Amino acid sequence: MAAVSIRNVFKSFGAVKVIQGISIDVADGEFVVMVGPSGCGKSTLLRMVAGLESISAGEIAIGERVVNDLEPKDRDIAMVFQNYALYPHMTVYNNMAYGLKIQGRPKADIDKRVQRAAEILELSKFLARRPRELSGGQRQRVAMGRAIVREPKVFLFDEPLSNLDAKLRVQMRSELQALHQRLGTTTLYVTHDQVEAMTLAHRMLVMNAGKTEQIGAPLDVYAKPATTFVAAFIGSPPMNLIPGRIADGGKALASDGDVHVRLPEARPAFDGRNVLLGVRPEHFETCEPGAALLSPDIDFIELLGSDSLVYGHLGADKSGVRMAARLHISMVAKEGRLPLRFSAQHMHLFDPESGKRLEA
Amino acid sequence: MVERRPLLTFVAHAVLIIGAAIVAFPIYITFVASTHSFQDIMQVPMPLLPGEHFLENYKQVLIGGTTTGSRAAVDRMLLNSLIMALVVPIGKMSISILSAFAIVYFRFPLRNFFFWMIFVTLMLPVEVRIIPTFQVIAGLGMLNTFAGLTLPLIASATATFLFRQFFMTIPDELAEAARMDGAGPMRFFWDVAVPLSKTSMAALFVIQFIYGWNQYLWPLLITTDESMYTAVIGIKRMIVGGDAANEWNLIMATAMLAMLPPALVVLLMQKWFVKGLVETEK
Repeated sequence: MAAVSIRNVFKSFGAVKVIQGISIDVADGEFVVMVGPSGCGKSTLLRMVAGLESISAGEIAIGERVVNDLEPKDRDIAMVFQNYALYPHMTVYNNMAYGLKIQGRPKADIDKRVQRAAEILELSKFLARRPRELSGGQRQRVAMGRAIVREPKVFLFDEPLSNLDAKLRVQMRSELQALHQRLGTTTLYVTHDQVEAMTLAHRMLVMNAGKTEQIGAPLDVYAKPATTFVAAFIGSPPMNLIPGRIADGGKALASDGDVHVRLPEARPAFDGRNVLLGVRPEHFETCEPGAALLSPDIDFIELLGSDSLVYGHLGADKSGVRMAARLHISMVAKEGRLPLRFSAQHMHLFDPESGKRLEA
Repeated sequence: MVERRPLLTFVAHAVLIIGAAIVAFPIYITFVASTHSFQDIMQVPMPLLPGEHFLENYKQVLIGGTTTGSRAAVDRMLLNSLIMALVVPIGKMSISILSAFAIVYFRFPLRNFFFWMIFVTLMLPVEVRIIPTFQVIAGLGMLNTFAGLTLPLIASATATFLFRQFFMTIPDELAEAARMDGAGPMRFFWDVAVPLSKTSMAALFVIQFIYGWNQYLWPLLITTDESMYTAVIGIKRMIVGGDAANEWNLIMATAMLAMLPPALVVLLMQKWFVKGLVETEK
């Protein structure tokens, strides 16, 4: 096992800059998830760690060694691909043993390792089969087995669960977690799925357009998004971002002179400043009209059984700011204004220009 | 189609049977002719049932060819044909799978240029370039040799193109996974690319075997020595002068022998052949 250190790494394909200066130190045994929308460069970054893409500038080190110029096989890593990339003409056993055979390990050792991996992944029954005779989840496990048998210093996962159906994804997610607990190998994991990121990561690296938006533990990222991008990307439905100007000595958010939202806690420091007020849909509560901080007009309601998603808008007409609230009460179809409140700890302010978080 | 209309079924079968009979009849006639004596088949009308000279005729051609035309033994011709029909597909596949592998998996300067150069030769089949090719082979002293017989036919782009198309359908991740596993390019070639192209190779083999076996113009040009005749050329050399001068029973026996191996190859490799054309193991 080893720490991985990515130091100010850049990557460009011709004139296109895909990665623009990303740095992160991954501790030994840590599970770091790189998450972001498609095309943000997260897979490219992972492939650079794997050695499948060259590094345009910066340094990547695994353990003590800078690996910029090392071949993938010399980096002591193993990678699991999105489409599994199993050798279709080899049996499950040979798929797992192939890398070890190339390393020239003794047969008995190979056999021991493959049998052990198969046992961990419950593949023992399928060792003689070909990949196409397996289900998606089983193929995924073989791909993981191929990584495990090499006992690498670092595991790299490139969207390993996105080809599975929703139910299997949940199951494999917990298996992945159990596997990491058991082996304790440093893991880099790429996904566009925020639920995977939230549940698996010790720390997550939120990326957008080749840049780091935020690095932190999932709950910290959720509780204190560093930018509007992170605020909107993590959480479903995304955080409401209500534009306006802090008014009234920091006690309210106004737009066009109308008070939209009263703030649960005054922010006198920002009085008169343009901001984006962020509140997550799930942090709203219904209340008496007198105690309401904001009262959106209800547009429509989605009933999810346990919760209700209320979509509405602030301001006089439908052109106003749209917003959503997730309420833990079962709402009967309702029209008109919905009085809502939220607590100060769930209030986020962002700079509308840079999108950066504003701390009081 | 699931239809239950007896009349339609009857008509359909009748049409198919008649069609099959029309196609098969000349072959049947060939067979019948090869089992009669020379005198018998010169009668009008020609007998339509097999005669009694089957063994005699086949023995004659295998050992001594015809008695009036070419006396080259057909067993030697069959061997020549077989060598040609094996060397052409095997040579072709070995060269083209390597060049296709290079073109798909290696980045080198002018890669596309080279691919198109190879591709352009598709437009120049042996017949088109036959004079210069003959000149080259003659200049190299390869007339009446197996090298001269096969080399010009090996050099063609069909197979390269086919393998290139196949390799392009192999997902990149497979090559990357092999790289992670520590397999170098040639290791990947032998352990992954070649086994995956097995079915394509089988299909290609069948097509090229028949192509090599049925070559006519090229062997006709460069083989003057009896010992280098292929079966197809042998038949041509047996035909001399007017109709009555030809021993049609022996020529037909040779024709039957010449038809047999390609038919066998198709028959035996049918399963693989179809698989290679329709299915990919990915």
